[in-house]
Amino acid sequence: MAVEARTDVAARREDLADKPVKGRSLWQDAGRRFIRNKAAVFFLFLLALIVAFTIVGPYFAKFTIEKVDWTILGKVPAKGMPNIENGHFFGVDQTGRDVYIRVIQGTQISLIVGLLGSAVAVVVGTLYGAIAGYFGGRLDSAMMRFVDILYSIPYMFILILLLIIFGRSFTLLFVGIGLVSWLGMSRVVRGQTLTLKNREFVEAAIATGVKPLSIVVRHIVPNLLGIVVVYATLLIPEMILLESFISFLGLGIQEPNTSLGALISEGASTMQYGVFWQLGFPLAFFVVILFAFFFVGDGLRDALDPKDR
Amino acid sequence: MIAFILKRLAVAIPTLLVLIILSFILMKVAPGGPFSGEKAIPEAVMKNILARYSLDKPQWQQLLEYIYNIVFHFDFGPSFKYRDRSVNEIIAQGFPVTLTYGFWAFILATLVGITMGIVAAIRHNSWIDYLAVGITIGAQVVPNFVLAPILVLVFTLWLRWLPGGGWNDGQWNYVILPVIALAATYLASIARITRSSMLEVLHSNFIRTARAKGVPGWQVIVRHALKPALLPVVSYLGPVFVGMITGSVVVDLYFSTGGIGQWFVNSALGRDYATILGITILLGALTITANLVVDILYAWIDPKIRY
Amino acid sequence: MKLRNVLGVAIAAALLSSTTMTFAADVPADAKLAAEQVFKYRVLDNIRALDPQLAEDVDTAYVVNQLFEGLYNEDAEGNPVPGAAESYEANADFTKYTFHLRDAKWSNGDPVTAGDFVYGWQRAVDPALASTYAYYLGLVNVVNADDIVAGKLPITDLGVKAIDDKTLEVSLKAPTPWFVKTLAHSTLFAAPKATIDKFGADWTKPENIVSNGSYILAENSPGERVVVKRNPNYWNDAKTVINEVQFLTINDENQGLTRWRAGEVDQTDVPAGQYPALEAELPDETYSVPQFCTYYFSVNMTDSAPEALKKKEVRQALNLAIDRDIIVNAVLQGGQTPAYSFTNPHTSGFVVPTIPAAGMTQEERDAKAKELFTAAGYGPDNPLTLDYIYNTSEAHKAIIVAVSQMWKEKLGVNINMSDMEFAVLSDRRHTQDFQLARNAWCGDYNEASTFLSLFDSKSEQNDSGWANADVDKLLADAKTAADPNPMYTKIEEISSEEIPIMPIYFYAKVFMQKPTIKGWPFNNVEQIWYAKDMYITE
Repeated sequence: MAVEARTDVAARREDLADKPVKGRSLWQDAGRRFIRNKAAVFFLFLLALIVAFTIVGPYFAKFTIEKVDWTILGKVPAKGMPNIENGHFFGVDQTGRDVYIRVIQGTQISLIVGLLGSAVAVVVGTLYGAIAGYFGGRLDSAMMRFVDILYSIPYMFILILLLIIFGRSFTLLFVGIGLVSWLGMSRVVRGQTLTLKNREFVEAAIATGVKPLSIVVRHIVPNLLGIVVVYATLLIPEMILLESFISFLGLGIQEPNTSLGALISEGASTMQYGVFWQLGFPLAFFVVILFAFFFVGDGLRDALDPKDR
Repeated sequence: MIAFILKRLAVAIPTLLVLIILSFILMKVAPGGPFSGEKAIPEAVMKNILARYSLDKPQWQQLLEYIYNIVFHFDFGPSFKYRDRSVNEIIAQGFPVTLTYGFWAFILATLVGITMGIVAAIRHNSWIDYLAVGITIGAQVVPNFVLAPILVLVFTLWLRWLPGGGWNDGQWNYVILPVIALAATYLASIARITRSSMLEVLHSNFIRTARAKGVPGWQVIVRHALKPALLPVVSYLGPVFVGMITGSVVVDLYFSTGGIGQWFVNSALGRDYATILGITILLGALTITANLVVDILYAWIDPKIRY
Repeated sequence: MKLRNVLGVAIAAALLSSTTMTFAADVPADAKLAAEQVFKYRVLDNIRALDPQLAEDVDTAYVVNQLFEGLYNEDAEGNPVPGAAESYEANADFTKYTFHLRDAKWSNGDPVTAGDFVYGWQRAVDPALASTYAYYLGLVNVVNADDIVAGKLPITDLGVKAIDDKTLEVSLKAPTPWFVKTLAHSTLFAAPKATIDKFGADWTKPENIVSNGSYILAENSPGERVVVKRNPNYWNDAKTVINEVQFLTINDENQGLTRWRAGEVDQTDVPAGQYPALEAELPDETYSVPQFCTYYFSVNMTDSAPEALKKKEVRQALNLAIDRDIIVNAVLQGGQTPAYSFTNPHTSGFVVPTIPAAGMTQEERDAKAKELFTAAGYGPDNPLTLDYIYNTSEAHKAIIVAVSQMWKEKLGVNINMSDMEFAVLSDRRHTQDFQLARNAWCGDYNEASTFLSLFDSKSEQNDSGWANADVDKLLADAKTAADPNPMYTKIEEISSEEIPIMPIYFYAKVFMQKPTIKGWPFNNVEQIWYAKDMYITE
C-alpha cells in the first residue's frame, strides 16, 4: 500500500508542476467565508431589496410626502387603513398623509444619515488613529489624551446643544452624529496601526524614502480596511438608532421631510388608538435594516478575521 | 496602580474645565434666552431680571465667576426657570432618582445579560441559543421610546399591576418599569457580546486542556473560562454606562420620575443656562469616574495588563 | 359639552350664587361622597415657583389658585364672587375702589390684612422682584404702576392703600368698570410679608410656605408631582370637601390618557383629534367647553416683511383660502369654533362683530381669494414661497400641514415650515424675525381689552408690529367710553380688512374627567377652577 501511495503522490506532483498555480488573495478568502455565512448573505440580500425598494417604490406611489387626503382626514382610525384601492398601500397617518411614500422617504433619509454619519466617523477616526499610531511618541500621547478627554464629555448632550444652536439642518444631523462616534474608531485604528507599523513593508517604504504622511495614507490605511469596514458596518445601526432618538426629542429632520425615527416616534404615540399601521410599517423597516447591518457586520468580521468565530 | 489612578484623576480636571467652557459657550451662542415667553417682557423689567442673574456682565466675567463658585463653593448657582430652586437643589433632588433606577438597570442588564450570554454559549446551536439570539437582537433594535409606552399599556392599563409613572420616593413598584425600559437594550447587547466572547474562549486551547485534564464542566466555565470571556464585556461597560445616561432622558419623560435626564432636556429647551451647565458637569464627572472604574476592573481581570 | 351636566351645574350655581353669597362646595343632599377625597389632575409641565406674583404659566396658576386667595374669586359661570373681600364700593366714574376684607387667617394663624394685599401688589411691580407679570397692574389701570415698573417711582407710590386692617383702597388712572373681574389673577393676590422676609426665595418650599387659600402645599417634587392638602385655617374650610389635590406631571398627552384610563389620574386633556372617538366611547366622561383663547397666525407687518406680505390683497387672499371648517372638524375635532375675528366670543359684555368672510361659503371664499391673489400679481407663473414658524407640537404641526396644502392647492403658495422650541419662537415673534408665525392669546381678565390691547402699536405683545393710528385712537377712546363696544367692533373690522393676524379658531378645553368628580366650572370660559368648590362622589 505504501508503494501505491508514493506513486500516487509522485503522479500528483507531476500534475501540479504543469498547471500554473492560481493564487487566492486574502479578499477572496474572506469573500468565500462570508458567502458561507448564510445569515449574513440572507440579510445582505434583504438590505439590497430595501434599497431597491426605496428607488423603485416611489414610481408606484400615488401621493407626495406632504399631500393631505381630505377625504380621510379626521376619520383616520376608521378609513385610514392600508388599502390597495385608494392608493394608500401602508395607510394614512394622523395628519392625513400617505404612509407608504413617507416610509420610503424615511428609509432613504435614515439610511443616508447612517451611511454618511458612519463615513464621517470612519474618515475622521481612521486618519486620526492612524496618524497617532504611526507617529507615536509624544504626538500619540497627546492625541490619545485628547481622545480620553473627549470620551468623558456626554456627547449626546453636546449634540442636543449643537442642534439647538445651529438649527436643524440635514447636514448638521449626520455630521453631528458622525462626530460623536469617531472616538471609538480612532482607538481601534490606532491599536491596529501600532501592530502594522513594525511590519517589513513599512520598513521598506521608509528605507526607500517615502514621506511619513504618504506611508500612512498609502500603506497603513489600506491595510486597515478590513477592520475599518467591520467597525463601520457595526456603527451604522448605532447611527440610525441615535438619529431616531434625536427625532424623538423633536430635534431631527424638519417637516415635511421625515426619517424612520420620526415616523416610529409618531406611531408609538398613537398606538392606543388602533392605528397600528402607523407604527408597524416604519418599525418593520427599521428593525429589518438594523438586523441586516448587525448580521452583515458580524459576517464581515468573521470573514475577515477567521480567529474570531 | 495608584500612580495610574492619580494620573487619570490629574487628567480629569482639565477635562472638566474644557467641559464647562464648552457648554458655557454653546449655551450662550444658542438663540433664545431663559426669559423668552408668551408674554413679552417690558424692557424695564427685563433689565432687572438680567441684573439679578448677572447676565448683564460681560461673558468672560460670567464664566470666571461661575467656575469660581463651583470650585470653591460647590455652588452651581440659581436656576433661571425655577425661582425657588438652586441648581444644587435640582440636582440633589433629581440625581438620586436617576441613580436609583440607573443602578438597578445596570445590575439587571449586566447580571441577566451575562448569564444569558453564558448559557447561550454553553448550549451553542440549541434552541436556547437561537431563542437568546433572537430575543437579544430584537430587544436591541426596538428603541426605548417605543418600548416605554408598550410597557405602560401592558402593565398599567391591561394588567393593572404597576403604576404608569411617578416616583413616590422610590417605592419599589414605581421603579420596576423605568428599570426595564432602560435596561432592555443593554441587556441584549451585553448578552450578545458575552455569548460571542464566551464562544471564542470555549474553543481555545487552554479550555481544551482543562477539559482533557478532567476538570468538571461547570468548574471549567467558572474558574477558567469566565474571566477571559468577560474582558470584552468589561470594556463595553463604559459605553453602556454612557448609553444609560442618554436613555434616562426617555425614561424620565415617559414615567415622570423627576430624574436629571428630563431636567437636562427641559433646561436645554428652556435655555436655563445654570441647570444645563450643572448637569453637564455632573455627567462629565460621572463618565470620567465610570471609565476609570472600568479600566481598573479590566486590569483586575486581565493579569497581563499592568498600569 | 354634556348638556345634562352643564344644566345641572348651571341650575345649582344659579340658585346658589348672588353678589353676597359666596360659592363653595355645595353638595346635594342625596350625593354619596367618596371616602377618599383626593383629586388627581394632570399637568403638562413642571410647576414653577408657587409665588403668586411670579406665576406666569397656566399649570403653575392652577396650583397657586388653590393655595392663595385674592380679593374676589370666580364662580362656576366666571362671575366675580367675594373671596378675601366681603364687599366693595366704587366711586361714580370707577376710578376708586374700596374693598372691605372679611376676617380670615393665613395658614399659620396670622390674620389676613389689607396690608398684605398692599405688600403683594407692591412687590408685583417692584423691579427688584423682576416679575414677568409686573405689567399687569398697569394694564388694569392701577395708578403709577407703569412708572414704578420702569424704575421711575418708588413702590410706595402705587395706587393701593390700606386704610386700616380691613379696608383696602385702590386708585385707578382711568375709569375701569370691570376692575373687579381682574382680581382673580394671581398677580393681585396677597403675600405674607413676614414669611417672605424670613425665608427669601425659599419661602415657597413646603416647609416654609404660608398661604391664605383653601389648601396648603404638602409636597413639591419637580418633574413628578405637586400635592396640596386642606388648610384648616381657611375661613370657609367648613365647606371644603376635597382634602387633597395632586398635580401629576405627564409630558406626553397620550401617556396621560393611558394613565387616566388606568385610574391613576382623574382629569387629563384629550389628545388632538381623539375627541370624537372618545366621545363616542365614553360620552359621560368626555368634555369640550369653550376656552378663553384664540389661535391665530401672526403676519409680519413691519418693513422686514417680504414684498408679497406688504400687499393687502395677498394677506386677504391667504386669510380667505384657509378652510377653518376643515381645521376645526377634521384636524382638531374637539369642539373648537372657527374664528374670523380676534376677541373670543365668550368675553363678557362683548358684541361679536359681523365679519363678511364669516358669512360666505368656502367656495365663495376660495373664489375671492384667487381673485385677490391674481390681482396682486401672483399665480402659477409668479409663485409665492413663504416661511412659517411654530413651536414643536403634534397639534400645531397638523394644522400647518393642512393649511399649507390648502394654500398650495388653491393659490400655488409654497410654505417652508420650521418648528422650534417655544422659547425660540417667542423670541423671534417679539422681534418680528418671521414672515408668518403661529400664535395664540388667552385673556387675562374677562373683558375685551385683554385681547384688543394687543393691536396697540405700543404693546409689547403686538408680535405683528402692526401700527395703525386709527386703532390706537379707538383703543384710547374705548378706555374712557361708557360703552366701548362700538370701538371694539370698529377695531375688529379694521383688523379683518388689514389682516395683521389671521384668526384660525377659538379654543375649547377638551378633557376627560372621571364621572365621580363633581363641581367643575364648565361654564367659566376662563376655566379658572377651585378644588374647594368641587367634591367627589363614590
